[in-house]
Amino acid sequence: MKFLRNIVEKAKVPFEKGGKLAKYHHLFETIDTLLFVPNDTAKLKGVQVRDAVDLKRFMMTVIISLLPALLFGMYNVGYQYYQAVGLEPTSAWDLWWVGIQRVVPVIIITYVFGLFITEFAFSVIRKHPINEGFLVSGILIPMVMPPTIPLWQVACASIFAVVIAKEAFGGTGMNVLNVALVARAFLYFAYPSDISGDQVWVYLGEQVAVDGFSGATPLALAASTLESGQNVVQTFAASTTDFSFANLFYGFVPGSIGETSVLMILIGAAILVFTGVGSWKVMISVFGGAYLMALLLSVAGANEYMLMPAHYHLVIGGLAFGAVFMATDPVTATQTETGKWIYGAMIGILTVIIRVLNPAYPEGIMLAILFMNVFAPLVDYYVVAANKKRRLKRATV
Amino acid sequence: MPKTVKLRKGFDINLAGKAEKKISDSLHSRTYAVKPADFIGMQRPKALVSVGDSVKAGTPVLADKKNETVNYVSPVSGEVIDIKRGEKRKLLEIVIQADKEISYESFKNYSTSDLVKVSKDELKEQMLKAGVWPNILTRPFGVVANSNDTPKSIFISAFDSSPLAPDYNISFKGDDKAFQAGVSVLKKFTDGYIHINVNSADEVNPMFLNADGVQINKFTGKHPAGNVGVQIHHVDPIAKGDIVWTVSPFGVVQIGKLFLEGKFDASKIIALTGSEVSNPQYYKTFAGANVKTFTDGNLKNDHVRYVSGNILTGENVGEDGHLGFYANQFTVLPEGDHFQFMGWILPTINKLSFHRAFGLLSFLNGSKKEYVLDTNTQGEPRAFVQTGAFEKVVPMDILPTHLLKAILAEDFDEMEELGLYEVIEEDFALCEFIDVSKHDVQSILREGLDLLQYS
Repeated sequence: MKFLRNIVEKAKVPFEKGGKLAKYHHLFETIDTLLFVPNDTAKLKGVQVRDAVDLKRFMMTVIISLLPALLFGMYNVGYQYYQAVGLEPTSAWDLWWVGIQRVVPVIIITYVFGLFITEFAFSVIRKHPINEGFLVSGILIPMVMPPTIPLWQVACASIFAVVIAKEAFGGTGMNVLNVALVARAFLYFAYPSDISGDQVWVYLGEQVAVDGFSGATPLALAASTLESGQNVVQTFAASTTDFSFANLFYGFVPGSIGETSVLMILIGAAILVFTGVGSWKVMISVFGGAYLMALLLSVAGANEYMLMPAHYHLVIGGLAFGAVFMATDPVTATQTETGKWIYGAMIGILTVIIRVLNPAYPEGIMLAILFMNVFAPLVDYYVVAANKKRRLKRATV
Repeated sequence: MPKTVKLRKGFDINLAGKAEKKISDSLHSRTYAVKPADFIGMQRPKALVSVGDSVKAGTPVLADKKNETVNYVSPVSGEVIDIKRGEKRKLLEIVIQADKEISYESFKNYSTSDLVKVSKDELKEQMLKAGVWPNILTRPFGVVANSNDTPKSIFISAFDSSPLAPDYNISFKGDDKAFQAGVSVLKKFTDGYIHINVNSADEVNPMFLNADGVQINKFTGKHPAGNVGVQIHHVDPIAKGDIVWTVSPFGVVQIGKLFLEGKFDASKIIALTGSEVSNPQYYKTFAGANVKTFTDGNLKNDHVRYVSGNILTGENVGEDGHLGFYANQFTVLPEGDHFQFMGWILPTINKLSFHRAFGLLSFLNGSKKEYVLDTNTQGEPRAFVQTGAFEKVVPMDILPTHLLKAILAEDFDEMEELGLYEVIEEDFALCEFIDVSKHDVQSILREGLDLLQYS
């Protein structure tokens, strides 16, 4: 590797202090540190050896945990496509291929506009190193988009999210709101027709859907029972798509690219929890909060949606995806361990409330997480206050 | 009431190069040094000697102009050969070339029975004069104690849990009488208890168990269970306005010897440790010894770092440096100034990690594996990302992240309320080790302590 190192050392010269390209020092550093862990050593005083972990590895772990859901999402885009247009795929690869053709450009656009343009510009202007946070956001943003999302909207949303949600607050580690969800919320309110309704969840390409194909998500169907007054589970059964509980769990249903398969998300959750990167407390409390709230509503039972079996709430829509990958974002979640229980439970509760009691928004997890992002510091405030109080109790002065 | 405390949080860094359980007293350092930087809180150090002066063990060589009652004395007799200064003439080291036979300044000696009768003021005067006073540190802040304070209790940690730490069964041999005398002296300074905290999971040196007039508390757990700050937190926590003193057993023995033998005896048994040492073992020497004495012909390679103290809180003193006043241990590590191709993602089981992020497989090795770790930072500084890991290595009812943020924001009330009075650098050293974003947690903490102490 000495050969490669020498090349990098040579290329480095203009980027160093006083060099022609010194302004772009942090850009170069990004590439340099991706190739080689730098030769920095511990300071004179203090810790003389350091843990092998760094932010890059930490963030890569999240990306790896996202891969099962992402790969399945691509497959499902193709699966839904073939279902809708009524063609027979010759092999599983055909399904993948449709998904790859559709999803990979979305990912590339997100990285190009979010990372390579916006973050790089900020690193030059604000003179801060490029943090690895966007590596994760860049995968998350495509995964919460419907498969039909126009690429220019993805570009706008990525730029908006990085500038407004992150850099305006000081960059990675300082943002109040989850970056990927801000991107989605931006599109949700700016271009609602492209990210909601029944027509956007199945990618059709140039083709036309066969007669009788609805393309509705389970959430939309469940919400429709408010008007029709029919039993939710029966409505699911009557649909042309297989909305059995098992299939909702496996995820061969229309929805955002990465959110449909609870199974794949749970595999990701297992990776996050095992590696200690994601907080199991948040995950469990989101699921728990949602389940208990749904149970409570079904006891109230004012309408058919309320009467839907509580466990269905855990497999429809983006609840699982949000619980595992969005709510656990260490920057925007509560920072105290006690706070995590409250924060997660509130997300679960609010999600179900928004879903069931607010007909304007079929999905609640996005708004619930954003809402609790804002309230996380307040939850922390009270947990920290309790800690201070314990200390103050024994003070004599 | 003696307490038994079981700590669950923490992390043991198991390094290669543990000291073999034998003591050599054949090596004698040529030079010894007194370094103002060892005494945290010393504000205006002033050398009291000049090059060419001859001194005895116990002759004052250094003083703090802000507090001239405390003498900082020479550990050995000999000639002052160098007074090293750094930028802006900052005093760095007073180097003394040792005589073959050490001669001592003479102080008044007492019999064990006398010690009980002597007044506190008489004891205090001799301790300040003879140079043993700096062994007494005060909490909050971890600085040399103010002799006019009356602490609510005094803490002695009877074990060291830090990486490659010396075994106190080896470090103290035949010091029982001196230790007891030291305890008797300290007893005069507080109305409260003298707490001796032992490791109940390990064999305890009978010197501690047999001590009279103390409360013995039992601790178990991973590092930092041996940190006196953690022990104070669980036994007799510090609130605003409280003062607690801490003394290491080495200090207690030194105080005891002063009164029993009438001399400042800076001799101690230190552990030479680290993966790069050919024969790690214990050495009998004096405080401030030159590190070359122990490393000459005793190293596996020459690209190494010489650390006075342990690898979590120690200081790189260089190949010709001197051990610190408080150092009971000297560690030699491989220097880590090398690049690692794709090192941030390649799976590894040889690099120790508290985390289990992708590819960090050291958890598979079990706790028995001894690691050879170098000084590479394993990554570059990044924005602070709250991962919840700090909370897992601070076994106290303290919120480390919030405390550190309060310090960075220079919010005085918040620092006080979040418990900055209860901690010093060593208590947060593991946070610095495991930090994903590679911050200098310990120096941030000291900045906060300085803010509270001096403004």
